[in-house]
Amino acid sequence: MNNPPTALQDQFVEMPQQKEAATLGMWTFLATEVLFFGAMFMSYITYRTAYPRAFALASHHTILLFGTINTAILLTSSLTMALAVQAAKESNSRWLFRFLVATVLFGVAFLGVKGLEYHQDIADHLWPGPHFKSGLPPEAQIFWVLYWIMTGVHALHVTVGIVLLSIMALMARRQKFSGAYYTPVENSGLYWHFVDVIWIFLYPLLYLIHRYAA
Amino acid sequence: MNTTVESSEIFVPAREPKTYLTEGRTLKSWLLTTDHKRIGLLYLYSLLVYFTIAAIAAALMRLELITPAGDMVTSETYNKLFTIHGTLMVWFFLIPSIPAVLGNFVIPMMIGARDVAFPRLNLLSWYIFNIGGSLALYSVLFGGVDTGWTFYTPYSSTYANSHVIAMAAGIFIAGFGTILTGLNFIITIHKLRAPGMTWFRMPLFLWSMYSTSVIMVLATPVLAMTLALMSIERIWGVGVFDPKLGGDPVLFQHLFWFYSHPAVYIMILPGMGVVSELITCFSRKQIFGYHFVAFASVAIAVLGFLVWGHHMFVAGESIYAGIVFSFLSYMVSVPSAIKVFNWTMTLYRGSISFETPMLYALGFIGLFTVGGLTGLFLAAVGLDVHVTDTYFVVAHFHYIMVGGMVTAFMGGLHYWWPKITGRMYPEKLGQLAALIMYIGFNLTFFPQFILGYLGMPRRYHAYAPEFQIYNVMSSAGASILGVGYLLPLIYFIWSLKHGKKAPANPWNATGLEWQTTSPPPKHNFKETPVVTGPPYQYSAEETEIALHKPAKEQRAAS
Amino acid sequence: MNFPLFPDEASAAARQTDYLYCALIGVSLVTMAVVFVPIVIFLFKYRRGKKADRSPVHLPEMKIEITWTIIPMIIFTGLFAWGTEVFWNVERPPANAMEIDVVGKQWMWKIQHPEGKREIDELHVPLGRTVKLLLASQDVIHSFFLPEFRIKQDVVPGRYTTLWFKANKLGTFHLFCSEYCGTHHSAMIGHVIVMKPAAYEAWLTQGETSGTLAQSGERLYRELGCSGCHENSTIVHAPPLGGIFGKSVPLQTGQFVTVDEGYIRDSILLPAKDIAAGYTNDMPSFQGRVNEEQLQQLVAYIKSLPAPVPNNSIQEAK
Repeated sequence: MNNPPTALQDQFVEMPQQKEAATLGMWTFLATEVLFFGAMFMSYITYRTAYPRAFALASHHTILLFGTINTAILLTSSLTMALAVQAAKESNSRWLFRFLVATVLFGVAFLGVKGLEYHQDIADHLWPGPHFKSGLPPEAQIFWVLYWIMTGVHALHVTVGIVLLSIMALMARRQKFSGAYYTPVENSGLYWHFVDVIWIFLYPLLYLIHRYAA
Repeated sequence: MNTTVESSEIFVPAREPKTYLTEGRTLKSWLLTTDHKRIGLLYLYSLLVYFTIAAIAAALMRLELITPAGDMVTSETYNKLFTIHGTLMVWFFLIPSIPAVLGNFVIPMMIGARDVAFPRLNLLSWYIFNIGGSLALYSVLFGGVDTGWTFYTPYSSTYANSHVIAMAAGIFIAGFGTILTGLNFIITIHKLRAPGMTWFRMPLFLWSMYSTSVIMVLATPVLAMTLALMSIERIWGVGVFDPKLGGDPVLFQHLFWFYSHPAVYIMILPGMGVVSELITCFSRKQIFGYHFVAFASVAIAVLGFLVWGHHMFVAGESIYAGIVFSFLSYMVSVPSAIKVFNWTMTLYRGSISFETPMLYALGFIGLFTVGGLTGLFLAAVGLDVHVTDTYFVVAHFHYIMVGGMVTAFMGGLHYWWPKITGRMYPEKLGQLAALIMYIGFNLTFFPQFILGYLGMPRRYHAYAPEFQIYNVMSSAGASILGVGYLLPLIYFIWSLKHGKKAPANPWNATGLEWQTTSPPPKHNFKETPVVTGPPYQYSAEETEIALHKPAKEQRAAS
Repeated sequence: MNFPLFPDEASAAARQTDYLYCALIGVSLVTMAVVFVPIVIFLFKYRRGKKADRSPVHLPEMKIEITWTIIPMIIFTGLFAWGTEVFWNVERPPANAMEIDVVGKQWMWKIQHPEGKREIDELHVPLGRTVKLLLASQDVIHSFFLPEFRIKQDVVPGRYTTLWFKANKLGTFHLFCSEYCGTHHSAMIGHVIVMKPAAYEAWLTQGETSGTLAQSGERLYRELGCSGCHENSTIVHAPPLGGIFGKSVPLQTGQFVTVDEGYIRDSILLPAKDIAAGYTNDMPSFQGRVNEEQLQQLVAYIKSLPAPVPNNSIQEAK
């Protein structure tokens, strides 16, 4: 068994304890994130229940193509992330690095598509306010307020994930991880999968509801 | 006296050993510390600043309220005063108080660890807290904010003309400090307990802190998002609470109180934990009903998430929702009652002394009981229709937050002061201050129950003349209460240089934190302690026997 | 020196609330005795240095814990039930209440009686009649608080809330806004004046009025062009409004909604919200063109519209 390249921190007695603490810490943090997004989802549920028609009309103006492409991108990035963790477990630094880079690139692609989409949304006057697209009921603006906030906060989390995984990739390049120690990779993976799961909920709620409304 | 610690030693050196205070004396060593004990003190200094500002705001309010007319300050100023008082006291004093000061200091020592699980995150949390605090101070100093600490829309999102966003941003950021602290404590308690310290051998302070931490990490994110949504509406003029778009201002209240009700349990559970430590130590007795007290903490945390609607009985929620929330609110009172009964039974057949920490613990039981009972009044939904938004509510929450939590904070501060500083505070002055605080507190807040039932609404700058007599009583009490808090501030500072040097265990308390020097060394213990039995292995009987031995034998025994 | 403990009781409902309050005080005093008396006794009997029996005693811990868990739960459930009963009565107005419309705005209360009389910060009501208030806010959340009646209700922008009471005492009573609403929140106060019914009737006819609430509403109805679509228009297919108040109408979504004041208000301001079945989303919004008082007048008018006379009875009359 290799000597773990990272030192045992002072407050821990042994490495497994340190690893468990780090992992439990990440899970606890993700629980807080569920509540963080939860407030927005609750608002969405409240208003969609109250104004199903306005929400459907509003959702019709989301760009389904971009949303679907982004869903595919994120799902694939979760695959590469899982493969990265597997590579780490197998002490395969080369493939760990490649899969991390792939995940980062997918993340950047996601943001790129999002950027294009936002650009188009604004051109379509879908920014709430006095210049909002005419022909839609006022309640539709509530949908769009939630769209901007929810996708915006999500994009922020994707960005943080990109930074995090880039750091992991750099560390992988420098052979900091092995089968004996890859906790940061694993925990970063947890974070990345969480960000993906949030999108899995956002996609149907924002892009797909007009398919079923009257 | 029995001890459950097997393998630690008290090292008595020939010269002064390095303690966590003397190990590195530069400013940098403090500002970049990862030592949980120093971080606890850093929090204490920060809290003093915010507390002072919020207390001055309260003093000005009580001065204004001596007369019915609003003649001392303008209405706008008065509205800013109660907002500043509320926001600073809740988020920048009370929520951090016991957790960030005493929790940080004591928890690792109490479980026999060298530090918390994530010491660097701990330091980060202090910085985040103060970045948030700076924004809050900016809001205070550059014109104030006048929405009330509850930020109800649409007043806050559309109509207010004050520094709402600065304060909201300050709270938002400070909230992440709270989340990090809670996260740290959860992992610490899960993973860093000394060998032999099973969950049910933990002192009850840890059960309370654990439950508090769960609330902190789950509730605070909701507040963050809610304030963000309100701020976004304020900045861009359109949002999810805007009735013109079909938005519902009451949704803000649901989201706000979903956090803020659990938050009030953040502001009492740690105090209950401290009280468990004090009652056992100063009556030299095992806690009565350990398991029930421990589970009561967890029950309070869980049930606390289910009762937020009791803040909204007349706000526009449906009658049926009101009835459900009323029932759940009664149920959440049960675990608190259980704790009070168990503390009472702990005194039975004890050997009780009345040092300052014990006076505060007993004061807590008295004041918290009154505060909790008045919660039953508010939970009765038909009665709440009359007393909500009146001074009855103001009295209720001050009895719990000040009479309860702050009193416990003072008790804990006095109790652990020798451990933290290596000095004793002056005992007689401590007892006097506790008494003054108790009298001042009751005189300040009891008349407010009557005021509330008479119909005086809260947040009123001027009031109907028939309310004056009770307002005068309340303001008089406030001045006495102020003395009760000022005294400890003075003698604590005095004690740093002139207090008696404290031994490792001045109270003869059980608990791992007392098995090391006062103040402790940087890494707390020379060797990791091992725990072999439950906490609070006191014996009142043996304490009394030792007391009544002839003096010669007592000297030989010590 | 006057140390009042209770406000005046101006209604029977107020007395019910006071009974509950006194019961809670009783429960509190008993609880405090049950807790504080033993504590004080223990503090005396077992203080350090005092001889007493401190030998460890094996109490039936589980039994004790369960007992003092169950007993409070029972007492609390009883209090909950009592509180719910008072609440149920307070919140649900009896039928045949006389309705008065209230608009709260920073920082005054504007009251419109159905007969047309308007007042600011004062509410005249007759003794012994059930009064139901329709509350609306022009701006932020306010709360209509009548301490002597032991009732309050938040007034929320974007919807109607209601409050009812029946005064059983003549006199002048407090009206306070009790939801913080900005700078002059504590000045948003007034009075409820309870008069003998005859005096009230006389008062209603004094001073100038501009017609009843419904008549003002009718004026607006025509000025704003509502009649253009809703009265036998050949161009636009809009729902007829005669007799519509209180009816259950089907919506486009298949659900049913009862036409109350809130639904009428929503239809004027957010017409796309709940479109009646068989109609399209053509109605413009009047958001910004009518204030809350005008909305109450329109609501009063629409409420007053009788159901259309069925055709066959006209045939028969012929």
